[in-house]
This record gives sequence, C-alpha cells and structure tokens, in this order.
Amino acid sequence: MSDILTDLADAGCPQGLGPAEASPKTGLGDPAPFVVRSKGLSRLELSVRGAKCGACLSKIEKAVKVLPGVTEARLNLSNGQMRVAWEGDLPPAHITAAISDLGYGVAPLDPERDEDEARREERRLLTAMGVAGFAAANIMLLSVSVWAGAGEMGESTRAIMHMISGAIAIPVVLFAGRTFFASAWRVLSRGRANMDVPISLAVLLALGVSVWETALGGEHAYFDACVMLLFFLLIGRFLDARLRRRAHAAASDLAALQARSVTRINVSGQAESVRAREVIPGDMILLSPGERAVVDMDVVEGTSELDESLVSGESTPILTSPGARVYAGAVVLGQAIKGRAVAMAADSLMADIGRMLEAGEQRRSTYRKIAERAVSIYVPAVHTIALLTFIGWLLAGVGVREAIFIACSTLIITCPCALALAAPVTQVVASGRLFRAGVFLKSGDALERLAGADHVVFDKTGTLTLGEPQLVKEGVAPETLAAAAQLARASRHPLSRALVAAEGAGPVARNVTEHAGLGLEGEVDGVRARLGSAEWVGVETTVNDGPTLWFSRGDEAPTQLRFRDHFQEDAADVLAGLKQRGLSFEIVSGDTETAVARTAEALGISQWTAEVSPKGKVERLEALRAEGKKVLMIGDGLNDAGALSLAHASMAPGGAMDVSQSASDAVYSGKGLGAILTTLDTSRRARSIMLQNFGLAALYNLIAVPIAVAGFASPLVAAIAMSASSLIVTLNALRQNVPAKA
Amino acid sequence: MTGLIFLIPIALFMGLIGLVAFIWAQKSGQFEDMEGAAYRILEDDDDKPL
Repeated sequence: MSDILTDLADAGCPQGLGPAEASPKTGLGDPAPFVVRSKGLSRLELSVRGAKCGACLSKIEKAVKVLPGVTEARLNLSNGQMRVAWEGDLPPAHITAAISDLGYGVAPLDPERDEDEARREERRLLTAMGVAGFAAANIMLLSVSVWAGAGEMGESTRAIMHMISGAIAIPVVLFAGRTFFASAWRVLSRGRANMDVPISLAVLLALGVSVWETALGGEHAYFDACVMLLFFLLIGRFLDARLRRRAHAAASDLAALQARSVTRINVSGQAESVRAREVIPGDMILLSPGERAVVDMDVVEGTSELDESLVSGESTPILTSPGARVYAGAVVLGQAIKGRAVAMAADSLMADIGRMLEAGEQRRSTYRKIAERAVSIYVPAVHTIALLTFIGWLLAGVGVREAIFIACSTLIITCPCALALAAPVTQVVASGRLFRAGVFLKSGDALERLAGADHVVFDKTGTLTLGEPQLVKEGVAPETLAAAAQLARASRHPLSRALVAAEGAGPVARNVTEHAGLGLEGEVDGVRARLGSAEWVGVETTVNDGPTLWFSRGDEAPTQLRFRDHFQEDAADVLAGLKQRGLSFEIVSGDTETAVARTAEALGISQWTAEVSPKGKVERLEALRAEGKKVLMIGDGLNDAGALSLAHASMAPGGAMDVSQSASDAVYSGKGLGAILTTLDTSRRARSIMLQNFGLAALYNLIAVPIAVAGFASPLVAAIAMSASSLIVTLNALRQNVPAKA
Repeated sequence: MTGLIFLIPIALFMGLIGLVAFIWAQKSGQFEDMEGAAYRILEDDDDKPL
C-alpha cells in the first residue's frame, strides 16, 4: 500500500488542485524539538501545504496512520494544520517524511505559538451571534403576536408579552453586545468615535426606553429591535473576524519558518537538533546539503555552492568558503558547511528587510478603508439628527417621554446594520471566489487596494519566469544528455537538477565526487567523465550566454549544455490583459542586466531596471508613489519583501519566501500569472458592489430617517425596515457569484 | 388566552434546546474544519473490523 502511495507520479493533490512540492525536503529540519510528550503519548502539530481535496485528506492521514504506534492523525483541511499523536519511540522525522514523500509541503508548528487569541475572538463572536439569533427569533414571536393583536389584545396580556420579551432581551443584549460596548468605550475614552459608538448608544437607549415603557404599561417596546440589531451586526462582525483569522493562518506559515529546527554542534562536539529561536550568536551550526539557513552565519568550515535566489534574486548559485557570510534563506547545494551564528533567528531574516517591512506596514495603515470614510460622515450625522429630533418634538410640546421615544426610534432605525454588513459580506463573497481560483487573500481591505492599482511592478525571477533553469535540448545528442544526466543525478546543484528533470529517472554514475565551484567527476559506463564549468573540462570561453554546463567524457570534445529560465507560459497574455485593463507595468529585478534585458525584450516590456538591491526596490516604489501612482507589486524573493509591504497593493506566488507571502496582500498558487488578472477583476467588481451597497444603505436612510423623525417608526416599521435593508445588501453582495456577462 | 401560559414556555424551551445544541457543537469543535468534514463522510474505512 505504502508503495502505491509513495509513487512519485502520484505526488501532490490527486485532483491537481494544488501543485506538488518540487523539493519537499528543502529547508526542513528535524521536527523533534517540537514534540510535546505527556503520559507516554507524543504529540506533534504540523502545517501541511498543498492539501486541497478529500483525496488529499485521506491520502495523508492514511500514510501517517500506518506508521507504527500512531494513534491519531487528523488533518484540518480548512487551515492545513495536522495533529499527530503516537505511542512509543517513532522518530518524528518519519512522520514528516511520510507526508513530504507524498508531494506535500510540511513543516512543524511551534506548540507555543500564539494564534489562539484570534480563534477565541472568533468563537466569542459566534457564540454571541448564536445567543442573539435565539433571542431575536423568540422575541419576534412575542412581538408579532403583540402587533397582530393590536386593538384586540388586552393591556395586561400585552404587558406580560413585553415583560417576557424584556426578560429575554436584557441579559442577551448585555451578553451579546459586549464586543460593541467594550470597543465603543475604548475609543470614547480616547476621545474618538467609531461605528460601535452609535451602535452601543442605540442599543442601550432602546433597551432603556423599552424597560421604562414596559414599566409604565406603554404601547410600544423595542426589545425585538435591540436584539435583531445585535444579531445582524454580529453576523457582519463574525464574517470579518473569520476573514482575518484566515489571514492569520497564512501568517502562521511564517511562524512555521520560525519553528524550523537547526542542527547545532554543542561544546562536546556532538550534533543536536534545536529550535531555531534557541540559537544565539556564537553557536556553531551545521548546514547539511539541501538545508536552508535559518540564521545569518559566518562560514567556518567547508566550501559549497549556495542558492541565494530567495535572498538576493540572483538566479546563479554562488560559491561560499570559510570567512564568507551566509544569510538566512540561502540553501546549501553542495557539501555540508559549518558556521558560527552571528544573529538570532528573529533578527536574522536580514534586519534591514525587517525594518523596511515595518515602515511599509505603517505607510499602508494610513490607507483609509471605504467603510471608515463612510462611518466618519455617518456617525456625527446620525447623532445630530437624533438630538434635533428630540429637541424638535420637545419644543412641539409632546412631553419628554414621547420626545425621547421618537429620538430613540430614529437612532434605532438609522443604526448601521446595512452599513456594517455592506463591506464584510462583499469581502467574504469575493475572497471566497478568489480562494476557489487559487488566490489567497490576506485581508478584506486588500480588495479595495488591489482594485485601485494602476501600475504593476514585476520581479523577474520566479514571478515572470519560472525561476528554475530548463535545459535547451536542441543541438545536443540524446546519448550525451543521458550520459551527463548520470552524473547530474548525484548532485543538488540547480543546473544538475534541471538536467535530471529533463532526462527523467535513470542510472547514476559511479564514484561521483563533487568539487565545489567546479563540477562533478565520476564514471559513466566505465569511462571517466566530468560535468561542470568550462574551466572544469578545460575549455576557455568568454561568451556569457546565461547559465551553462560543460560535459566531457573520456577523450571526446566537451559539449556545452545550455539552460534557459523560461517565462511563465501565459506571461505575454497576462501583460496584454493588464494593458487592456489600463494598467502600465515594469520590471524591477535583482538579477543581472543581460538576463533582465532578455526577458524584457522577449515580453515587450519597455521599462526595466536590473541589479537592484532590496533597498533600491523600495526607493523605486517610493519614487512611483511620489508620482502619484498606485503600485501593485508582484514578487517572490526575500529581496522583494520590503517593496511588497510598501506597495499600494501586493501579490506573491505560492512558492515565494514566507516573509514575502506575509508581506503581501494576496498569495496566488498554481501555474502561470493568470491569477493576477482574476484577482484584479474580482477586486474591481467587489469594490463596485461595495460602493453600491453603501449607496443602498444611504438610500435606505434617506427614506427611513424622515419616517422616524416624523414619529411614524413603530417597532413594526423598524423591524421590517432593518431586516429589509440588511437582506438587500447581502443579496447584492451575493450577486458576485453570478457570472458576469461575457 | 390561558393556552399562552404553557405555550410560551414550551416555545422558549424548544428555542433554548437549539441554543444549547449550538453552543455544545461550537465548544466541541464541530465548526473547526468545515471543508474536511464534507469529505470525511465519504470515507468508509475508518471502522476497523473487530
């Protein structure tokens, strides 16, 4: 069974909904430090990437359950977190290996991570919503009988109905309304106002007036309105919280980076596996082949080639030797190296980039959401109207009780139910659509910013291009390639891997030795052969034609193997699509001038900049911002992170560095760039629907306010008006799921 | 009208049962994985033969 499961052709999601991880073992340390042991049971929490469907679920769970001693293996498909519990001494690395062999990405989760606050908040809101829903339905039951029996029902029966309603409403309002009251109090004590202020005021005033009316045996009580109001508002609040927690779950992938383990060599010279954040400067770290550096370090021993593409954007591997600095994010391609940590893991992901990220986030938080702008007009207007209504009726001589009652009904009927639902419902529907299209939205307001973008800045490597070199087969004899592949299978070098990827599985050369910075040597069918740089096979060349390998066998003349970094298949289509939508674009890349120039020329992009440092990217974005452009930044490297966080809006591919993913507004997965157009279209449609919704809410108030001010808003009118406006706004948001006219 | 004396409590009691069931479901994590649950019912091999 497990042989079938580990068949490589079967890697990743069986329905093709998610990409199989190309090199699942890269950067994955030993999960042992994250195992929690109690009562003979070991527990481990994992983050699994790429599981999309029911088949993934059972495939992964089965693969783990067959391991000896495993008592529980449960994958949560919604957030990709997996809980495993086992008895006995099963090495935890076997569990992660079982999952990554299936073609899914896996990383241990730190059991001490603090994502529970968001989850508690969401649960609190859901419970409050349930309680308010229960109360709203039951009070409505009583209210309807009061309204239906108007004129026939005796006064004492009506009083009893009101009292029962009140008995349900008072505790429920106090319980379910806590979120609003607390938030209103917080901002009021700082001398400001938000949407929760009019909400709290309306609910509490209506409750107070209703209690008073009930005590005096009055005709009208607003108990149903108070509770229904809270119910509708809590729906909006809950949807918003759930959206934010989904974003939080995305950020926990970033935490998984922190949860990586590191092989440290202790004082007695033994290797031990520890959590990345336990590493302190001065510790001796061992980096095995294929492992990703988690802390910045100075190499002490060993010479190897490093893939720094995620750090600098440079696509060619660089050679490192004792004395050189290795930055977190670099992957060891050759032999193992030893180094001394120079920073803590938290400071390591290049402190510069961290600071840039922070600066960017601060910049971005100055963006005012459409909803916030609406509230800033709405709050003072409503309060002024209610106050004027009270004074007006008082002057008209109806008495304090009647004046307060009418002012209160104005507050209730204008309460921003529709306003509070307008944005979250639209965002939830839009992000759900994007999610199905493979785009993961990080926050609700990201939609508004994405919709407003008018200029796109692309990174090159891994964004416009695949980020992986691919063999150019033309002009090379197939048997030469097959022979070269035998050597290449023994190496982790990206060019070797590209060669193997092109040639497929096959025999491996014997007695292969790898010489860092030069190449490989071994026996292919009994003949000595070399694969590597021009220098390594004794060829003198000055032509720089992108990444190349040279292969020589016996006395044959060396053959040149060329590689190209291919464009995403749909790059040209997507660029045309952007143009059609009125967006301009440019490339800002950290790669060499020749590489960028070739890409730009092939894709017909007139504006490009090459060899740009991470700081340079940020400066470029600052300049564009100064020109008044709203930039959509698309990039994947650590070197893009600063720019991603500074841009008006940003997107990163699913294969991007974790930091870049967390710095961007949306993460798209799957092949190609088509998701960018989908995201733009969806966000633009969502923005227009959101604006329509605010328009509808305003229209509703335009009709409802005069009725309330004139004193005609009985509880029945309020109940119908409030639910009707909320329903209209929700239905309008759901319209997004109806396909647009072609 | 006397019917109300027991009809209202019955109505409230039934509503309360629903509320309690909801709170229980929420506390016991029934809403933790909405997507996975939809697929899990299609799996039929979690009962091991005795």
